[in-house]
Amino acid sequence: MIDLKNIYKIYKLGENEVFALNDVSLHIDRHEFVSIIGPSGSGKSTLMNILGCLDVPSKGTYTLDGKLVAGKTDDELAEIRNNMIGFVFQGFNLLPKLSAIENVELPLIYKNVPAAERRKLAKEALEKVGLGERINHKPTELSGGQQQRVAIARALVTNPPIILGDEPTGNLDSKVGKEVMDIFKDLHAQGNTIILITHDSDVAAQAKRIVRIQDGKLYEES
Amino acid sequence: MNFLFAYKMAIKSIWGNKTRSALTMLGVIIGVMAVIVAVGFAQGSMQTVTNRIEGMGSNLITCMILSTSESKQLTLKDLESLEQSSQYITKISPYILKQSNVKYETNTKSTRIFGTDENYLEMEGMKLESGRFISALDIEKNDKVAVVGATIKNKLYDDEDPVGKYIKINGTKFLVIGCVESVANGMEGTNDDMVMLPISVAQRTLKITNVTMFLAEARDGDVIDIATQKVKDFLFDIYRDNDQYVVITQEAMLSVMGDISGIMMLILGSIATISLVVGGIGIMNIMLVSVSERTREIGIRKAIGAKRRDIMIQFLIESLLLTGIGGIIGIILGLLAIKYIIGNIGLIQPVYSLPWTIAAFSISLTIGITFGLFPAYKAAKLNPIEALRNE
Repeated sequence: MIDLKNIYKIYKLGENEVFALNDVSLHIDRHEFVSIIGPSGSGKSTLMNILGCLDVPSKGTYTLDGKLVAGKTDDELAEIRNNMIGFVFQGFNLLPKLSAIENVELPLIYKNVPAAERRKLAKEALEKVGLGERINHKPTELSGGQQQRVAIARALVTNPPIILGDEPTGNLDSKVGKEVMDIFKDLHAQGNTIILITHDSDVAAQAKRIVRIQDGKLYEES
Repeated sequence: MNFLFAYKMAIKSIWGNKTRSALTMLGVIIGVMAVIVAVGFAQGSMQTVTNRIEGMGSNLITCMILSTSESKQLTLKDLESLEQSSQYITKISPYILKQSNVKYETNTKSTRIFGTDENYLEMEGMKLESGRFISALDIEKNDKVAVVGATIKNKLYDDEDPVGKYIKINGTKFLVIGCVESVANGMEGTNDDMVMLPISVAQRTLKITNVTMFLAEARDGDVIDIATQKVKDFLFDIYRDNDQYVVITQEAMLSVMGDISGIMMLILGSIATISLVVGGIGIMNIMLVSVSERTREIGIRKAIGAKRRDIMIQFLIESLLLTGIGGIIGIILGLLAIKYIIGNIGLIQPVYSLPWTIAAFSISLTIGITFGLFPAYKAAKLNPIEALRNE
């Protein structure tokens, strides 16, 4: 499903070239639960951006669901993100002016789903993450754990093949973090493909497969 | 994306920054208001003047003598012969004019004294409010009678009917026999601010022997050109120099007024449009602030699948709403200003112009799109990774 072949991401810093990703190859199958672990500056954010189609590699090929992600325009990448990838960020990244359910509806709006169906799908996604109530509250009126549940519901709502978590427990205390991890495990059990990016080995350890990134290179662990 | 939702988002964002939105809209409000008031003012003043000219009758020829020559002077006899010489000229009304002080009891005022004949009132298109006008007999018998305008009635007689009272001009007492209906709300310096005397008496009182102006009436509209030419020939015979007099037909006056009106509309319209554009720059400024404030929001939207178009529409609708609401408020305030402020000045009857209102509103919407386009484009092409990193 995800196939990275000899990926390079090179940034130019004045005269120097910095290899954020240096000949990275990675294959992830459908229904896998993979952690990508590495310290900050290891290139894991760059890898997440490329996996999430927020960025394109300098060199190498990325095949997603049998299709090449290269030479796509901004709008085509936006469509891939909308259909294929559900993002869960460390800082939740909810829109503060929208209620919980409106935040969850947002990806469906960009998919032109009619209002009534949008409401229904958003409600279902919120129930799936255990947030059937408080759906009309603004993010600021919710706890950190509840906000992250809303964010996970937003990632789920389009039913994307891949859910991409970038330090999803980084802003949460350990008890709430564990609850959020349980949601990811549930989702995996229901057949979703999950990729978590983290620097926390305890979080990483909960995945079925762990990939370590260091200085722009990948090392398989198991 | 769904337009209804985009509107909801835009309203939320405008409502969320009430003070800022109101101040931004103020530019558009003032601009639209300026257009409506300026055009209403220009059209209203033109209408007032045009009505006056048209009220004078379309067959009227106005003549003014500019010559100050002692030897070549136009006399009442000359005019009589002109009146008789052409079948195309039916009436002639001579008049002389001088500024002088008038007095009733302890009230005094400086005003214009007209010396004229029995035809003048009707040819100027004025009506009497009370009493009667100067008659041919008054002129023949040198009767010391006067007809006063509305301003005189107001200033000298405290708005009471002056007919039967006297008026003192240059020390001579005159009997007021009539009062003219107001044509300019009794304002100073207008056609309301005057006293009319029989021309024979006026010549003696004001010590003027010649005639300085006269009105001639053509038989009908079809022969006005022939009649005008006749008058010109007649004056040329006397003065031998066509710089010594001016002959104006009502048509020519209307066409001059039309030109002046067009220029006035253009000037006022442009000034008002400039203020609209300034308002538009305010909109652009605020939209740019809004884009940079909401960089992270734009990043989130793009990460979850918003295309450039979606982001553009969102910001464009926001600036359109700002100018649209501003435009509507501007129209309402403009109409109120026309009705209660200009309407109360008195002299000018303001005109409400629907086409210009539509134009002003369309301009404000166009400005919303034009000045919203650049900020919206800036937002749309933000890189999602950098936008998400923005705090």
